[in-house]
Amino acid sequence: MKLIELFFESLNTLTLNKTRTALAVLGIVIGIGSVIALMSQGLATQKTIQNRIESLGSNLLTVQPGASRSSGGVRGAQGSRTTLTLDDAKAIISSSEITTINKVSPEYSSRTQIITPQGNSNTQIQGVTPNYSDVHKISISDGVFITQKDVDSMARVAVVGPTVIANLFPDGSNPLGQTIKIKNQNFTIIGVTVAKGGSGFGNQDDVVYVPLSTAQKQLFGVNYLSSIALEAKNADKMTAAQDEIGYFLLARHKITDPSSADFSIMSQQDMIDTITSTTATFTSLLAGIAAISLLVGGIGIMNIMLVTVTERTREIGLRKALGAKKKIITTQFLIESVILTFTGGILGIILGIIISFVISKLASSLFVISPVSVFLAFFVSVGIGILFGWYPAKKASNLQPIEALRYE
Amino acid sequence: MTNQVVISIKNLSKIYKTDVLETVALDNISFDVKKGEFVAIMGPSGSGKSTLMHIIGALDKPTSGTYLLDGANVASLNDDQLAEIRNQKIGFIFQSYNLLPRTTTVKNVMLPMAYAGIPLEEREKRAIKYLQLVGLSDHLKHTSNQLSGGQQQRVAIARALSMHPSILLADEPTGNIASTQAEEIMTIFKKLNDQGNTIIMITHELDIAQKSKRIIHIKDGKIISDNLNIQKNIIKKSPDVLGNLEGLI
Repeated sequence: MKLIELFFESLNTLTLNKTRTALAVLGIVIGIGSVIALMSQGLATQKTIQNRIESLGSNLLTVQPGASRSSGGVRGAQGSRTTLTLDDAKAIISSSEITTINKVSPEYSSRTQIITPQGNSNTQIQGVTPNYSDVHKISISDGVFITQKDVDSMARVAVVGPTVIANLFPDGSNPLGQTIKIKNQNFTIIGVTVAKGGSGFGNQDDVVYVPLSTAQKQLFGVNYLSSIALEAKNADKMTAAQDEIGYFLLARHKITDPSSADFSIMSQQDMIDTITSTTATFTSLLAGIAAISLLVGGIGIMNIMLVTVTERTREIGLRKALGAKKKIITTQFLIESVILTFTGGILGIILGIIISFVISKLASSLFVISPVSVFLAFFVSVGIGILFGWYPAKKASNLQPIEALRYE
Repeated sequence: MTNQVVISIKNLSKIYKTDVLETVALDNISFDVKKGEFVAIMGPSGSGKSTLMHIIGALDKPTSGTYLLDGANVASLNDDQLAEIRNQKIGFIFQSYNLLPRTTTVKNVMLPMAYAGIPLEEREKRAIKYLQLVGLSDHLKHTSNQLSGGQQQRVAIARALSMHPSILLADEPTGNIASTQAEEIMTIFKKLNDQGNTIIMITHELDIAQKSKRIIHIKDGKIISDNLNIQKNIIKKSPDVLGNLEGLI
């Protein structure tokens, strides 16, 4: 009997027993589909966390002034000193000693009330230079960001976050070109930032950006900075960059004892460590989920294949009685298993992708399919399906035909 | 009638062994079957007749003794060689028909020919020919579960004939069939035998056995009688056969 004929014989048998075939395929579809859907959900969550953390800037150093100290030894809040100035930032930019820093963003931030004819909001005002958008990875969805010209001319322009827009322009009108009042001064909106997510106190979308010079001189009347954000050239050299900036500023501020520094430098290294450990935990969690789903799916497939083949022991006996050799029997069942598992496998992949897509739409999360999980799910399930379709058939083909025929 | 021996059984024994019990199913049986014979093997249940049938049908192996089918010693063959013997030389008709479920009659009849590697067109041609022979030309596309017991058994007969076997083996062929249909089956057997087919049939019903030409009685694994059988009642029921029968004897 030729292989092609055996193939059609197998196909024929499968189409003749529609319920049995459908059940077997369903078992495989669910096994593979659930593995892919679960893995995709895990990956989407992992990606979301990574994106959130990366959006904060992963090679970021922040210099903050230290706590003010009164003569009585009472410590003020961290950052309450006024010793960090724009000159420090400029010195860092122009210094030839500093090699690890890419971009410098001097910043002054404070909270105040802002008012439009439609509403008002208590919002963080961030005085920035053009570098701010690069260092903090801020993107503009509409209009432009603060330019050097705005800073030089102390322009009364503002770039606002989407939360501010929602609070100040509840009617949904185009905010570009509109005027908002900050401390009784009119500012023209020239840009809107892309939403970054986050909520509460650290909400990066609830910010009004104005030129640094405007914030310092016209709004708050200060000449110091609340922070200098520095973008290191390389995320691996964060510690070196931290040391370099630290000694540079100590020298500039003429402080010899590092423990009495009037500033502190926070690096994102801690954050990076957290990311790494979170990602590692996630990866092992994903592997665990995948292993369990594969096990459950595999057992399901194993059961349905064992039952369908065992049920056909009599048929195997009959085929042997009519002259089928062992190899013919095992080949036929192997072909049937391959057809079943491949059909189920492909349908399972499609189902898994559809489920992942629907979940990502419903939960408005990322839609990520890992090819590895697809291959893993497919080949493990197909392997199990073929093994447990072929093995009982092999066993049955070794029975004496008369025993197989008597099998109940 | 030729004297060519199709089946030659000598000192055949079959012993089933379990740890504690030894059951002798066949005890030193010897007999020959010549080409063109129609033999009925009779015996009560447990007499060993089914075991004998399975050995003759190459479905089972004897414990000792020799069994020559067309001169080849079947007892010494391996599983795949036995499968070939079953395919080429034996047409088996089971009590429970054993057709593939939900499969058309033509495809059922074609199955052993497929295992023999006969080309598809030839298979189809032969299947239709033998289905016509057993009177099922109107049921070619019916599936086995749409047929009555008697019709299913006729499909099984067509399937058994399709490979032109040396011998037709029927194990209680009318056991599951209503008596009117059993009559039809026996008429077909008569006709096939008249055309020169060698038939061995197991039955425990005397009136069925009486339609054969030779009756072997088995009890407790031994042959207790082996007689030629000429009964007038067969001749009464199918007078056209009479001439053939008398011509043969």
